[in-house]
Amino acid sequence: MNDSAAGRIDWNDPSIARIRRDMLRFAQLQLRDAGAAEDMVQEALFSAMKYEASFAGRSALKTWMFSILRNKIVDHIRKSSREIAGADLVDGSAEGGDDFDALFDQRGHWNPEDRPPTWADPESSLSQQQFWDVFDACLNRLPAKTSRVFMMREFLDLETDEICAELGISTSNCWVILHRARAGLRLCLDRDWFGREGAAC
Amino acid sequence: MLSCKEVNRLCSEEHDRPLSLSEKINLRMHLAICRACTNFRQQMKFLRTATRRYREGQRGPADD
Repeated sequence: MNDSAAGRIDWNDPSIARIRRDMLRFAQLQLRDAGAAEDMVQEALFSAMKYEASFAGRSALKTWMFSILRNKIVDHIRKSSREIAGADLVDGSAEGGDDFDALFDQRGHWNPEDRPPTWADPESSLSQQQFWDVFDACLNRLPAKTSRVFMMREFLDLETDEICAELGISTSNCWVILHRARAGLRLCLDRDWFGREGAAC
Repeated sequence: MLSCKEVNRLCSEEHDRPLSLSEKINLRMHLAICRACTNFRQQMKFLRTATRRYREGQRGPADD
């Protein structure tokens, strides 16, 4: 169905339904709002159908459709982000602070039991469905506001400067929030997927 | 010498901004002797790889 000729996508092919399902899951994760996610996916599909002639067939159809969806979500976030008060974000970021501080001793060195162990062949996890289920669960466990900043940075590929401007927070605050998000995600994957083996420092 | 906690911060921030020369040197010196922080840094890089894969819809086994 991945016909390389532009403008010849079979929209009734079952693979489209699978892509749509994956797009919906992605949008829900980004927006944490089932209704808005449904709207975004619908809009993205309409756009894809309307502009199918511009699909050059050089990239996979799914990759192309996901890039359209990402643009729709970015537009949506730009329109709605002003509703989030910057102060809320700052306060939200402070919440998880103690958790991470607790991993270190007073001099800022890892507690022996909290040292990150070596992850065995992490690349191979990327092709396992169970890994992605754990990954989703870990993303969903991040505090909502921390997650919003992380999603904007990593999934929508916005630069930190733009995220700060959109959300009305300082650049250094943005870095702190991103650090918390990554550290939280790492800890969750370590615990729920990679298991613990311990490492020497 | 940077503490592990400070190194953690740099291992995240290097994905958001270019580190200064002195930050790079201090980071490298610390990583040379600390296995735990070296693991942490690799895991930050792995997160970036995973999110890239995810956002292109390439989540799980190849299916198209």
